[in-house]
This record gives sequence, structure tokens and C-alpha cells, in this order.
Amino acid sequence: MTTWHDYLKETGRPPSWPYPVRFEEEQEIDTDVLVIGGGIAGCWAAISAARQGMRVVLVEKGDTIRSGAGGPGCDHWCNAPANPLSRVDPDGWARHMADRPYSNGIGIQIQCREDYDTLLEMEQMGGKIRDTGDEYVGAEGRDEKTRLMISPRYGTIHSYLPDPRMGEPNFNPPETRSNVVIRVWGSTFKPALKKECRRLGVRIFDRVMGTSLLTEGGAQGARVIGATGLNTRTGEFLIFRSRATILSTAGAGSIWLLSMELGGYSNMISRAMSGDGTVMAFRAGASLTRMEATGVVMIATGLKHKWYTGGGDASYENVPIVDANGRRLPYPIQGWEDAGAMVPTPEIQEKVRRGVQSGEYALPFYADFPSMPEVEQDATWKLMLGEESTTKIIIDTYNRAGFDTRRDMLQSYKFIEGQSLPQWREAGYGGGLLVDWNLRTTLEGLYAAGTQMFAPEDHSYAAATGRYAGRKAAAYAREVGGAAPDRCQIEAEKNRVYAPVRRSGGIEWKELHAGIARVMQYYASEYRTEPLFQIGLDALERIEAETVPRLYALDPHKLMRSLEDLSILEYARIILRASLARKASSLPLGFHRIDYPALDPPEWNKFLTVTLDNDRVRIGELPQNFWGDMRQQYEAHNGDYQGVYREK
Amino acid sequence: MELEGNVPSKKMFAIPNVQTPNQQVIFNPDVCNGCNHCVEVCQIDVYIPHPEKGKPPIILHPEECWYCGCCVNDCPRPGAIEFNWPLALRGYWKNKKTGKIGRV
Repeated sequence: MTTWHDYLKETGRPPSWPYPVRFEEEQEIDTDVLVIGGGIAGCWAAISAARQGMRVVLVEKGDTIRSGAGGPGCDHWCNAPANPLSRVDPDGWARHMADRPYSNGIGIQIQCREDYDTLLEMEQMGGKIRDTGDEYVGAEGRDEKTRLMISPRYGTIHSYLPDPRMGEPNFNPPETRSNVVIRVWGSTFKPALKKECRRLGVRIFDRVMGTSLLTEGGAQGARVIGATGLNTRTGEFLIFRSRATILSTAGAGSIWLLSMELGGYSNMISRAMSGDGTVMAFRAGASLTRMEATGVVMIATGLKHKWYTGGGDASYENVPIVDANGRRLPYPIQGWEDAGAMVPTPEIQEKVRRGVQSGEYALPFYADFPSMPEVEQDATWKLMLGEESTTKIIIDTYNRAGFDTRRDMLQSYKFIEGQSLPQWREAGYGGGLLVDWNLRTTLEGLYAAGTQMFAPEDHSYAAATGRYAGRKAAAYAREVGGAAPDRCQIEAEKNRVYAPVRRSGGIEWKELHAGIARVMQYYASEYRTEPLFQIGLDALERIEAETVPRLYALDPHKLMRSLEDLSILEYARIILRASLARKASSLPLGFHRIDYPALDPPEWNKFLTVTLDNDRVRIGELPQNFWGDMRQQYEAHNGDYQGVYREK
Repeated sequence: MELEGNVPSKKMFAIPNVQTPNQQVIFNPDVCNGCNHCVEVCQIDVYIPHPEKGKPPIILHPEECWYCGCCVNDCPRPGAIEFNWPLALRGYWKNKKTGKIGRV
């Protein structure tokens, strides 16, 4: 009797709402540093600010224990050039990483300088970062002395783009590897972070969704002095007053896709990630950038397989791919042979595709685990997949069903499931808040970390930038006084938040969401022109004017989903505004315009910023590398950096 | 799930279709003690606690699940909750020697 329908059938009535209902009731909380978003970046920010002696409040939409993209786990600490086995200079590696167009040199420099320190602090808190149990003795990349396990990823260079020489003999010999990526036991991290937050006295508000930022005098563009939140189980309204505020919510998933009835919400990104932080900062007047950057979702979507993320091709590290007859494919793997490239070259993909058509390669393909040494099988299956984000439940499921890497080959869904449509896009990892060397946004009192920033990177980036933002926000909070929030601003937000539950009927969130997604599929996908963008923007504005006033929610949970979709609607409009402003095509931004086909013309090699100024959208520009000399700037801003925290 | 105990003579309700996927986990009520740890760990709030204390939670929003697995991974009573992948998201493998196909 564990489904809703069973319950109804058994008892003759639906279950009552299990939590107290407190719509419209208010709770006020005062703090020095407020962190919104309790994922990896947010937890690190809260810990770091608390270690500076600040009173800290952490607000999280789910439960901090496992929330966020890094909540279930993390198998790679992806950029730790300061680790003792690294062969590269952290500053040099940072410059190399930031050479990729439209990256975030500030965040990358912080990551490269500080994420190994961050990892050591993770270990102090109880996270497992070494092979202390000697489970993987003899595995390639394992260092006997430190018991750190280096990963093949970024073996020579950082590249998601394949090197044509990869796979050739001696392409990635052990003596020249960069050794910047460390395999970790990330499923231990999130509970340890929550525990440390508690130990330091951080006040955690789980199941509270941030809904808006409060500004001095209620004015757009003014100093941020707090935020409002909604308890997603009770519907209670929370008013946070703070001296400094850090946004560390995620980017927006599922703007182009809503196919949950097929395979559940099985996107790469969970439903909770709806761009709330980006949108509330935008409404408060903060500048965003890179908002026109989007990419195609390669796996999951409900329409494709989710199992084995990272390409959907079962080519996790070191596992050779063979065809149905056991013939090795000319397919690079995410292993030592190709220095951890994430994808094959387009030439190889085409060769395999033609081979399938001609009968040279027989489908389905398999990951040939038994051909690998046993310790490498285990390092891939148990350590990498067992610790990575959402894959633990997948390998556990296989194990229970009898799969054994010693004798079995795992089916690969690459090729057999076909290509993703260009309309299945995502923006979650592209655009975000513009920040300076203090990770302060363009608004006083407002800081950002992790995926909240433009051009974010991975787990260790979120951790290192969160830790850094916490430090900087604490330093600011120490210098300033608090301010009383503007009552009109609070009332306006309450009216916005509770509108869907004040109605007795109308349209529910799923239909609204699907409507927004369809607009984006038609007018902001593969075919991009000025008129299409304009039609898309008009369509979204029509949804805002005609549908949003009918949005209707039955309970606090559905109210949360409704508000998320209002974030997604605003996020989609920002994407279209930014898209209209970039009158050029760009390969790194995944942005191809029919009316401006020339790729990356030099005069367009710049960031475009989007800002709300007196409720009007203003477009600005920033040169690439606007952050200046990364090493000099980092040092100028961090003369007091103390390295690894020693527990007091 | 045979007809036993579910005979059509029982009161029948007019209710909407069941969401797909139907239920992404299966609880074992003999092992589950209704501690609701899975309810807390789920970042999506797929579950609600059962109104009756000690009983497994109710899956209220199965279609919002993103299959992170934390509810099963972190369950303090092994065997109380088992993952039940939707039919469209099952996986296959092949025994390298015998060629026999296995399936989750």
C-alpha cells in the first residue's frame, strides 16, 4: 500500500496533507551571512563563513544531506593541479583551462589554487579521498605513498574535445601525465558537509525554497539585504535579513524538455534545478552573462537511456567497446589511451556509424569488462561508478540482478538509441551571474558560487568557489550593518508567491512547463533567426500575460513546482533576450544563427551581459578575459589566504 | 499481484490513470519500520510519510523522481526498499563466454 492509488483503494479516501499548512504565515530570521542553495557550493560557503566566526543561515530546497547535483556522490575531483602528484603548475594549468572561449577565469583560478586544500579539508571532515583500505593496489594511477588515485581524465590536456592522436601507442605515457584529476569516494561528502555545518552552528533551513532577494529600500540594483523563502511542505513564508548573501543554487534544467511521464524526471539534472537563484538575482538587478549559451542533452531526457552518464555509451574509464561479435571498435575510451577524452572525434563516430550500416560492426555494442585486469574492473565499476552521482543505484541494481564484471559485458546504448534531437537542449551549465575577484556579483552584498556563476565547472569547482565566496562574504559582513527590509517589497513578493494557491482552479504547473518548453523548442533551438527569436519572446510574454494569471496549485509542493516554472519562464525569456543581442554565430556557445552564419567573427568575441534596470532589459559587453592577469589578480585579492583549515 | 483480495465486487472508485512510471521503488513492509529516512533524503519530495506510524511511506510523486537512488542507498534497514526501474529504463548485458543475455 505504498502508492497513492493503493492508499485510496484501501482506505476509501486520499491521504491528508502530512504537514501543517501555514500559507501566508511569516517567520523572520536575522543572520550575518545567508546562503541560498545547500548543494556542494552552498555547504562549503556556509562552512567557510562560519569558520570566520559569522552567524550563518543555509537555505535549501531539498534536504542538505543529499541535495544538489553533487549530493548522491562524486567520483572525480577534477582540477587539483596543486596536489602533490601533479606535474603542472596551478597557475599555468588555470591559464590553460581558461583558454577555452567564454570560460570563467576567476572561478578556474580559484579552483586551481585552492581545490586541493578544499579536498584536504573534506578529508578532515570525514570524506574519503584515498584508498586507505588498499582495495585498489596495482590500479593504474594509484600512488603507493599517498594512496591517492589519479584518474586518466585530463591526462595530457584538459579537453572535452577529442585529440585526433588519442588511442595511438604512447599517446599518454605515465611519465608525462598531468595528474590533475583525483578519484574520490564522493558518496561520503555530502553527509560530512551537513555534519560540519551543524558542528559549526550553521542554522539550516531544509525544504525552504528561496523566492526573491530583498534590496535596500526595495530598489532594483540596490544593496542586497536578505531574501524571502517558502517552506515547500508547510507553505510558510520566511523573511531572512542578512549582511551578506551568497547565491549557490543551480542552473536551470528542463527548459526545453518535459517528458516525465515517459521515464520520470530522468534528465541529467534534477527537477529541483530550475534557475531560481539566477532569476531572483536578475529581478534584483544583478547582471548575468553567457545566457545565450545552450547545448543538446545527449542522454536521458526520458526518451533516451540514463544509465551511465558521460556519453551514454558505456565507455566509462578504461572499458574497451566491442561490437556484438566481440570485435573492438575504433573507439577511444575515457581511459589512459586517450587521456580521458569524453567523446570520440567526429571522424571516428562517422566511421563507426558507416560500419554499422554496412554490416562491418554489429549492434548492439558492449563494454568488455572481462578483458580488463581485475583491479581496473573494480576501479571502474566499484569506485568510479559506485561513487559517481546517480550511478551507485544503477550498479547496485546490476549487481543484484547477477551482472559480474569478471564474466559479463555491459550493453552500450550509444548508436542503438539514435541521436538526440537538436531541440532537446539545456542551459543549466552555461549562463549565470557575473562575478568579480571577490565572487561578488554586480550587486553590493550579493555573492555567487558554483553553478550560480556564469560558465561553471564541476564538483571541485563548486566546492572551492563556495569555500572562497564564504570567506569573502564573511569579510564584507563584518564591515557592514544590517538594514530593515522594505515592507512593500515583501508584500509584493507574498502576492506573487501565493497567487497560485489563492485561486480555486486554472492551469497546473506541468501544462505551463510543457508550453514553455515547446516555445523554446520551436523558437530557440536548431534554427535561429531574429524573427524566430521575436516570435518566441512574444509567445513567452503571452504565456506570462494570459496563462500565469491562471496558474493554480493545490498544496505547498505543487506551489513550489509552480514557482519553479515561473523561474523557468523568466529564464527562458532571458535566454531569448540574450540570443537576440548576439548577432553572430558561435561554436563554443553552441549558438548558430541562420541570419548571421559566420562563426565567431572577431568583433563578437565578447561576453554579453543582461541586466534589469528599472525593469527594462539592458545589454552590456565585456571583453573575453575581462578578469585580467589571473595569477596577479588572485594574489592581490588573497594576501591573507591561510591555506588548509586546522580544526580548532 | 493476483486478483485475490482485489476482487471487482469491492467498491470501485473513478480515479485518474496511474502516473508513469508507476512506482520507482518497492517497499518491503516486513522490513521497513516507517522511519521515513527516505522521505527526508529525497531532494524532490517524491514521498510523504504514511499517516499510520510505522508503515512505509506513500509514493506521492513518482513521475518527479530523477533516479538519484539516495532513498535506497541511505536506507538504514537493508531490504526495506528496493529500486524498481521503469520498464523503459532497464539494462542488458551479455556473458562473454556463453553469449547469454542478462537483464535487469
